[in-house]
Amino acid sequence: MNIYKEAIIKEAQYNTRRHFLRKCMSGMGALTLGTMVNQPLFASENPLDLPNPHFSPKAKHVIYLHMAGAPSQLELFDYKPLLEKLNGQDCPASLLEGKRFAFIRGVPKMLGPQSTFKQHGASGAWISDYLPHFSGVADDVCFIKSMYTNEFNHAPAQFYLQTGSPRTGRPCMGSWVTYGLGSENSDLPGFIVLLSRGGTSAGKRIWGSGFLPTVHQGVQCNTKGEPVLNLENPQGIDSALRKKSIQTINEINELEYNATNDPEILTRISQYELAFKMQTSVPDVMNIDAEPAYIKEMYGATPGENSFANNCLLARRLVEKGVRFVQLYDQGWDTHGASPGNGVDQGLRDSCGYIDQAITALILDLKQRGMLEETLVVWGGEFGRTPMMEARTGKNFFGRDHNSEAFTIWMAGGGVKNGITVGETDEIGFAGIRDRVHIHDLQATILHLLGLNHEKLTYRFQGRDYRLTDVHGNVVKSIV
Amino acid sequence: MLPSMTLIREFVGLWLLIVLFACHNQPNDMVSFNRDIRPIFNAKCLRCHGGVKANGDLSLLFEEDAFKPTQSGYPAIVPGKSQQSQLYKRLIQKDPELRMPLENPPLTEQEIKLIGRWIDQGAKWEKHWAYIKPAPEVQPPAHVKDTSHFIGNDIDLFVLQKLGEKGLSPNPKADPGTLKRRLFLDLTGLPPNQSELEKYFSAESPHSIEDLVDSLIASPHYGERWASMWLDLARYADTKGYEKDQNREIWRFRDYVIDAFNADKPFDQFSIEQLAGDLLPNPSEEQLIATAFHRNSMSNDEGGTDDEEFRIASVIERVSTTYEVWQSTTMACVQCHSHPYDPFRHEDFYRSMAYFNNAEDRDNYNENPKLATYYHENKEEAKSLIDWFYQNEPSELLPPRTGSLYDQRTALLDKLRFRSTEAENYSQSSPFIEIIWPDLDMLWQTQDSSWVKFEKVDLDQVEKIGFVAATELNYAGDISVHLDSLNGPEIGRTKITRTGHWNGWQGSKPSQKNLLREFKADIKQTSGQHDIYFRFWVGDTYIQHLFYLDKINYYEKNAPYLQLTQEGKNQLNKLFEIPTTNTPIIQELNTEHARKTFVFDRGSWLSPGEQVEEEIPNIFQENQEELPKNRLDFAHWLVSTDNPLSARVIVNRIWEQIFGRGLVETMEEFGTQGDLPSHPELLDWLADRLMYDYHWQLKPLVREIVLSGTYQQSSDIDSTKIELDPDNRWLSHGPRVRLSAEQIRDQMITISGLLNPSVGGPSVIIPDLKISDSQVPKWALTDPENYFRRSLYIFWKRTDPYANLITFDSPDRTVCTSRRIRTNTPLQALNLLNDETYLQASYALAKKMHFYKTYEAQIKEGYFLVTGQKASEQKLKSLKNLYEFATEKYQNQEIPEIIKEEIKDQSNQNELAALTLVANVLFNMDEFVVKK
Repeated sequence: MNIYKEAIIKEAQYNTRRHFLRKCMSGMGALTLGTMVNQPLFASENPLDLPNPHFSPKAKHVIYLHMAGAPSQLELFDYKPLLEKLNGQDCPASLLEGKRFAFIRGVPKMLGPQSTFKQHGASGAWISDYLPHFSGVADDVCFIKSMYTNEFNHAPAQFYLQTGSPRTGRPCMGSWVTYGLGSENSDLPGFIVLLSRGGTSAGKRIWGSGFLPTVHQGVQCNTKGEPVLNLENPQGIDSALRKKSIQTINEINELEYNATNDPEILTRISQYELAFKMQTSVPDVMNIDAEPAYIKEMYGATPGENSFANNCLLARRLVEKGVRFVQLYDQGWDTHGASPGNGVDQGLRDSCGYIDQAITALILDLKQRGMLEETLVVWGGEFGRTPMMEARTGKNFFGRDHNSEAFTIWMAGGGVKNGITVGETDEIGFAGIRDRVHIHDLQATILHLLGLNHEKLTYRFQGRDYRLTDVHGNVVKSIV
Repeated sequence: MLPSMTLIREFVGLWLLIVLFACHNQPNDMVSFNRDIRPIFNAKCLRCHGGVKANGDLSLLFEEDAFKPTQSGYPAIVPGKSQQSQLYKRLIQKDPELRMPLENPPLTEQEIKLIGRWIDQGAKWEKHWAYIKPAPEVQPPAHVKDTSHFIGNDIDLFVLQKLGEKGLSPNPKADPGTLKRRLFLDLTGLPPNQSELEKYFSAESPHSIEDLVDSLIASPHYGERWASMWLDLARYADTKGYEKDQNREIWRFRDYVIDAFNADKPFDQFSIEQLAGDLLPNPSEEQLIATAFHRNSMSNDEGGTDDEEFRIASVIERVSTTYEVWQSTTMACVQCHSHPYDPFRHEDFYRSMAYFNNAEDRDNYNENPKLATYYHENKEEAKSLIDWFYQNEPSELLPPRTGSLYDQRTALLDKLRFRSTEAENYSQSSPFIEIIWPDLDMLWQTQDSSWVKFEKVDLDQVEKIGFVAATELNYAGDISVHLDSLNGPEIGRTKITRTGHWNGWQGSKPSQKNLLREFKADIKQTSGQHDIYFRFWVGDTYIQHLFYLDKINYYEKNAPYLQLTQEGKNQLNKLFEIPTTNTPIIQELNTEHARKTFVFDRGSWLSPGEQVEEEIPNIFQENQEELPKNRLDFAHWLVSTDNPLSARVIVNRIWEQIFGRGLVETMEEFGTQGDLPSHPELLDWLADRLMYDYHWQLKPLVREIVLSGTYQQSSDIDSTKIELDPDNRWLSHGPRVRLSAEQIRDQMITISGLLNPSVGGPSVIIPDLKISDSQVPKWALTDPENYFRRSLYIFWKRTDPYANLITFDSPDRTVCTSRRIRTNTPLQALNLLNDETYLQASYALAKKMHFYKTYEAQIKEGYFLVTGQKASEQKLKSLKNLYEFATEKYQNQEIPEIIKEEIKDQSNQNELAALTLVANVLFNMDEFVVKK
């Protein structure tokens, strides 16, 4: 850690402990020392060096809906009538020169959109018939159609999008954000991860904190089974016994503190209290059954299941409680057409059906609670799909290969202009041709909306100041 | 403190202080570059006038650049004349467009004055302390009266001097129980077990602290404890990292490290073996395994990636790791540009890279080159089989017998022309070939139009090639054999047909060996060595997976083994089948294939610049008679007494492991961006001691540290010490730090008696890792008797390491880690409270406690087992209180299943359930998770 920052934190901890010591006199039980990790990093820092936040934020929370596997922009938002006309023709050689594909070999055929498009809302956004619910909130979102990345395989592209580097070892966006801003709720982790249909191919390290202290790693919560690893008491130890045992631990630790004066013990005491509180607060917030029936209906949520709809509803509840960053991963968007159910026709239609109602409900629900202005919702995959048909198996299932040159994402709330579209791709949706937005630009923009300057949010590791956007990234000014 | 006393002590260290800091004893008006000026340059100037940017052609990073003419044609610094120095004049400019630092607040009056005075006094440049060799024969300060109770050895004199300067005094000695537990944890990483408690912790124990220290240092667990430190630096893991994160069989390296610490292999030798063991004359198996140090870098099996890109990435990583591990110097910045703050130029990085650039490995799937070695338990069998040949077969058929057992085996097979290749052992393939999890040991999952290449295959006498394969399809496809290129002449072909049926999803590997069958292709007579390509063609039907290939056999005309007796042939087959461990190692390419090394512009391998030769960084070249020419020379230089850093760096690492904080706090960085040493003279004295007195042996150094009064102090603190020495930088008390992730788990399983203390061997898969069967490597240990091995044996998967270790701040081992940052989180509490394995340990401890009659005695015993201490009355009261509460509760509620399954008697059940809860509390006490 940057030595200076470390010193600042140490000092803050020390002062907090002294404060704590004074409070100690009036009895242990009444104490609530929020965990240090939930304190914003820059709170006590020299305002000239790193103001907290760097400037006035528009968003306070992020809900990131990552469609792992990469949905096809060509069936959903990036309508290309020309591609329809070219359907079935050989792809011109000029388009293939110098390109690397994950699976396409030889000369593929062009594949027209498999869905039908209509314009929606006052903004006239083109949206596919795969997303009937979402079409209704067209004016609440901002589309970026010219997204691009440098990676064409899933795990590296997911890492690249989430951590700024295609390889493991860097902190992810959620970790950077809690490192920069802390969390608003001291009873819950600041960064929570929710998975549906298997999550990601990148594995758990994608919500790791990399070289940032492990307190900033994402905490995976489950809507089915144990909500957080080790949160539930083991069988045979009930809540009363757990309460009594934590009380005993803290009594002994207090005696130990009296004997040794090590202030770290006070932190430990508070962490045990927090752990105990989390045993109630986490299941409470995870209990989506507590929502009124019409809300559950709105999302299509079924308590007790592991589903994307449940995760969306849960995301709203978590944000409501002050959780800073909620990351959702839904697997099942890798539509190669390797089999009949895995194409951009039925396969993609099914996946859309799985999320359509829930993403729409999330926007409407946040809006009706007045939370949308300060909650940034981001939806998208790690790259896009090719306008060419993949035909890997030689059979004509309608699949598309990975395409790093163009994909569409949308954002809503959190200070983003709504009802607009940024960027444009060529006539077949193969690559961006106007206002291209790199994934580092997207990261810079998300941090900007949170009031963080992506060039100043750094961490010293191996002698170098690292940041989420590496040495790149420009804020997309037109949407903020 | 009498002034005269201070003076005497200062005088003793005077010459040293001048060399190091030139600060303490200078007349007040002398400005020191290191103390006064460099910090200003670093903070305010180097951003624009440093290693990355040199605006106006002025860089203040290197001495030679700082005094060079700038863009204006004149140097910015005129020694002796501040008024003529632009550097000074621009600081006091009124015009904001000229005043430096540009567009930033001006320097303070004090800073400007200092710079002015420094120039007037001659602008003397000084090297950063870390690049000056430790002065030989550093002497400890003189004894001070009335401190004899504290002084254990000379270390304490250095510490005492600093404490005096800071107005602090040392703590009294820790009580014996605390001290002994501290020693166990520091020297072996394990707490005392029950019998050790009896031996050393009773009041009547005849064993002195020295005895205890000696026996702990001699324990085989000493090596395990220190290996844990080294494995973080070596970024040791059991998988390759990146997207696929396939398994890697490299555990022998871990055992090498454990053995080296146990044998107290001198650190210079330990270092040379790891960096260049392959270049030593006639390297032993052990010295070759040591080179796996740098095979711990990640490699990428992801489809469509460029092997050369990732080969280079790993070489670059090896350079950075080498500098971080041995020099505490971070080189990551120098990859792309000159160091912004330290005297390393961009080219320096690539000159160092030249030493490492000729390693043969190149990011292949198969991770060649590898060293095959027999498992300990198979050595006897291999030896007796080889013996058999030399006793029973005609000697003209057999080669001379030399080298390791595996060398002898290979020579024998070669001589008899018994040629077989594992299917995975190829060098390149088309992207359509996938290797089946988990080992790459057996199968290709092939698709139509796939191919693989084998390099330089001797075809001279080959008549047939046999493919040992399995498929469920009636006609799975053809294999054709091509010479020299993918479309080269076809010299043979065979058809693969159904070999049987097995269960599992389409594409799972055949369940039994007898599902494999050999398909032979006749080979056209071909002379000499050729690259050969095997191509795979679709058969009568298409599905994704055509067939699996286990092995390729080459059949030669008149192969000598055909002349063996039937028994001889059987013995040969047996010998061939004996499993080996295959450890990736470093091998140098021979000179004809040597690679050239280029400076990469901005660190990109696609923009090679100037070609460079092997050379150490300029800053280290001074007074160096001969510069290292190859990797072996480089390794020798690194651990020579000429190197200013290596000894200090390893001393600092050991110190940090014991005290929780290094003498230089920034373990990873001794450069100008790092912390200054808290006790520079002590650091140098210890470094000298290691090099000259101990000849790089670490055990005497560790022994000396733990026998110091400094180490043996009590860790209790009072409000003065919290104010004056909050981080124990001045060592005013004994260490009190949270244990490492491994130590916490190891402690729990030791105290509860679950520990399986075997040392060494393959990594262990424990159920908590939740690794699916299909991903378990065949070489890993999976049987329950290994579940409670020490944590350093747990299979380390880089993309998904053991959660309990990560929760307690262990790194994921993707890169070298010098320092773990300790956190204190609620997830740690939840982990210790609720983890199933830890509950099992609590129950095991409860059973030990239950041996005693009354519950008071049981609780006392539990507390003693966990801490090595007698519980205070108050703590006992709390624990008894809990016990009583729990026994009452358990009368009306379910007890844990694990207890119910084993204990039938109900009152015993309840008692054990309550004791389990008490044990669980003991395992959560602060005094348990810290070393104090």
